[in-house]
Amino acid sequence: MALPIYTSPGQRLWHYTYLAFCGFVLFFLVAPLVVVIPLSFTSAPFLNFTPEMLALDPEGFSFRWYRGLFGMCGNIEDNISTMCSNKWMTGAKNSLFIAIASTLMATFLGTLAALALSSDNMPARRLIMALMISPLIVPLIITASGMAFFFAKVNLTATWPGIVLAHTILGLPFVVITVTSTLVGFDKSLIRAGANLGGTPTYNFLKIQMPLIAPGMISGALFAFITSFDEIVIILFVGGPQQHTLPLQMWSGIRQEISPTILSAATILVLFSILLLTTLEMLRRRSERLRGITPH
Amino acid sequence: MTTQTALPEGPILTADGIPLKDSLQKSLRQNKLRAMFLVSTPLLFLVFLFIIPIGNMLTRSVDDTFINRVLPSTIEAFESWDKVSEPPESLYSAFVNDVKAADKVDIGKVSTRMNYAKPGWKSLVKRTARKIKKLKGPEYKDDLIKIDKRWADKEFWLSLGIMKDKATFGYFLNAVDKTYDFDKNIIDVEEERKVYNTLWYRTLLVSFIVTIACLILSYPVAYLLATLPMRISNLLMICVLMPFWTSLLVRIVAWMIMLQQNGVVNDTLVASGILSDENRLAMMYNFNGTIIVMTQILLPFMILPLYSVMKTIPPTYMKAAQNLGATPTLAFIRVYMPQTIPGIGAGCILVFIVAIGYYITPELVGGKDGRLIGNMVAYHMQKSLNWGLAAAMGSILLAAILLLYWLYDRIIGIDNMKMG
Repeated sequence: MALPIYTSPGQRLWHYTYLAFCGFVLFFLVAPLVVVIPLSFTSAPFLNFTPEMLALDPEGFSFRWYRGLFGMCGNIEDNISTMCSNKWMTGAKNSLFIAIASTLMATFLGTLAALALSSDNMPARRLIMALMISPLIVPLIITASGMAFFFAKVNLTATWPGIVLAHTILGLPFVVITVTSTLVGFDKSLIRAGANLGGTPTYNFLKIQMPLIAPGMISGALFAFITSFDEIVIILFVGGPQQHTLPLQMWSGIRQEISPTILSAATILVLFSILLLTTLEMLRRRSERLRGITPH
Repeated sequence: MTTQTALPEGPILTADGIPLKDSLQKSLRQNKLRAMFLVSTPLLFLVFLFIIPIGNMLTRSVDDTFINRVLPSTIEAFESWDKVSEPPESLYSAFVNDVKAADKVDIGKVSTRMNYAKPGWKSLVKRTARKIKKLKGPEYKDDLIKIDKRWADKEFWLSLGIMKDKATFGYFLNAVDKTYDFDKNIIDVEEERKVYNTLWYRTLLVSFIVTIACLILSYPVAYLLATLPMRISNLLMICVLMPFWTSLLVRIVAWMIMLQQNGVVNDTLVASGILSDENRLAMMYNFNGTIIVMTQILLPFMILPLYSVMKTIPPTYMKAAQNLGATPTLAFIRVYMPQTIPGIGAGCILVFIVAIGYYITPELVGGKDGRLIGNMVAYHMQKSLNWGLAAAMGSILLAAILLLYWLYDRIIGIDNMKMG
C-alpha cells in the first residue's frame, strides 16, 4: 500500500493512522497468545512476567510447568501436588478419543447429507439445510439442557456413547457446510461419463466424486474435531466423572486457581491448532488447484 | 431412419420404446428417491438427538401436570370449594390422603413446585409430611393446624388455583419478573425479587455493544485485508484465523492474565506512568471483562464475512468515482460502503446470534455484573433445579435466535455460509 507521490500531508497522516488502527486490532486478536506462550516458561509460580524474565535471565525460565503437565514431578521442589497428578494426560486422552469418534461419525453423516442436498431434485432443500445447520446456531446451553433431559431418560447420561453422539451433532453442520461448498463446483458430467463407461454408482462415487470432495470432507472433519476437542458445556451437562476431558480439566483449573500449568497446556494447544490451521490451508489450496480455480 | 420420419405426431421414444417424457420422469423420480434416502440417516439422527430433545425440554416451560398427578383429590376438592368460606374439611382430608398415597420423592418435588406459586409451601409440606403418617382420621383439619399454624391460612389453599391447570404460563411470566396472583391475574413480582428483566436487558446490551465494537474494529481490517496484495494479506489473515482456532478456554485464561488487577495490561500502564498504582483499572470479573473478551472472541465472525464481500468489489469503482470528481471520502461513503452492506448484515447477525447465547465466557470473566441470561439458564438447570423456569428462559432465547436466523437466511441465505 505505497502511497502515490501526489498525496497531501493530511492524507498521509490519515493513512498512517488507519494502518496503526489496523495494527492495533490485529494485535488485539493475537495478544492473548503472545502473552501466554512466554509466560508458560516462567520458573516462578506467578502469572506475571517476573523481573528475571524481563531481563531475559535464564534463571527466570524453566520447563517445570511442562513437566507437571506430563506428570513428571519427581525433581520438582514445589509442593503443589495436585498439579502433578496425571489428570492432564487422562484428560487429553479422553478428549482425543471423544473427538476422533465424533469426527468420524459427523464426517460420514455430514457427507451423506451434503451429497443429498447438492442434488437438484432434493425436495424441501432449504428446510433440511436449515435444520442441518441449526446445531451451530442454537446456543450450546440450550442444546446441552435438552440433551441432559433426553439422555437421562434413555440412560445415556455420563456414558461415552452419550458424549460422542452429542459431539457428533455439534460437528455435523461444519461437514455439511464444507462438503456442500466443495460440491458447488463439482462437474456432474464426470459421474455420467463414469456411468457411461460401465461404473456402478458406488464405484463412481468412490473413484470419481470422493477424491474431488475429499478436501471439503477433511476440512469439515477438522472443524468437527476442534469443536469436539474444545467443547465444555455439553460435558458439564451430560458427562460424568469418567468423561474427564482436557477442557474440563482447564475449566476446573480456571475456577480454582490458575497456575502456569494451564499456560503450558494452552501453549501446547496453540501449537496444535497451528498445525491444524496449516493443514486446512494446504487442503484449501489443493482443492482449488484440483477444481481448476487459480488461487486469487 | 423410418422411425424418425414416422414419429413427428407421436411422442418421442427412447431406444427401448418408452416415451422419452416418461423415461425422464422416471429417472428424475429415482434421483429424488436417492437423495431422500441419502439424507434420511443424518436427518433422523439430528431429529432424534437434537430437535426432539430440545422440543421436549421446551415443553417443560408450560408443563404443569405433575401436581395433578401427585395430588389429584386435593385439586378436585379445591375445585368444589367456593374459595370464599373457610377451607372445608374435605380439602384437608383430600390432601392428607394424597400425601399418604404418594411417593416421598414426588412429595418433595411437588412442594418445590408449590413453593414457586407461594413461598412457604415447601417448608410447610416438608414439616407436615413427616408427621402425617401418624394422623388418624377421619377429621384432619384440626390435626394439621396443630402441626403448623399456617394450615389455617386461607392464602395457601387459594394459591392452588394457580397450579390446578395442566399447563401454565407461569414460568414465562417468572422469566420476565411477572407472576400470577391467586385469581390468575398477571402482576409484577415484588421489587426485591426482580432479577430477570435486568438480565435480559443486560444480555441485549452486551450483545449489542459487542456487535458494534466488532463492526468498528473489523471494518478497517477487512478493508485492509481485501486491498493488500495476496501475499501480505494471507499472512495477516493468520492473525485473524489463529484465535478462531485456539481453544476458547485458552483465550479466556490469557485474558484473565492480561486484564486482572495485577495483570500484564495494568502492570504495563503503571510501569509506563500512565496510571498510578492505586488507580489500576478494573477490567476483569465485571461487565467490562465480558465485553472485552467477547469482542475479541467474536471478532473473526465479523472480519470473515466482511472480507469475503469486500474481496468481490472491484477497486476500479472507487477510482471511477474519484475520476468523476468525488473526494476519496465521498467515494468511499457513496460507492464503496453501500456495496459492503450484505457483509455488514451477515457479520452483525452472526455475532449477535452467537453473543446472545453466551455462557462460558461470562461465567468465567463476568463476575457478578457481567452474567448473562445463559448463565441464569445454567443456574436453574444445575443448581436451583427450577427446570420449568430454565426451559421458559431457553424458549424465549431460542425464539429470538430463530427469528434472527430466519432473517439471516432471508438476507444472506444459509447456503452462502462459509467456513474459514
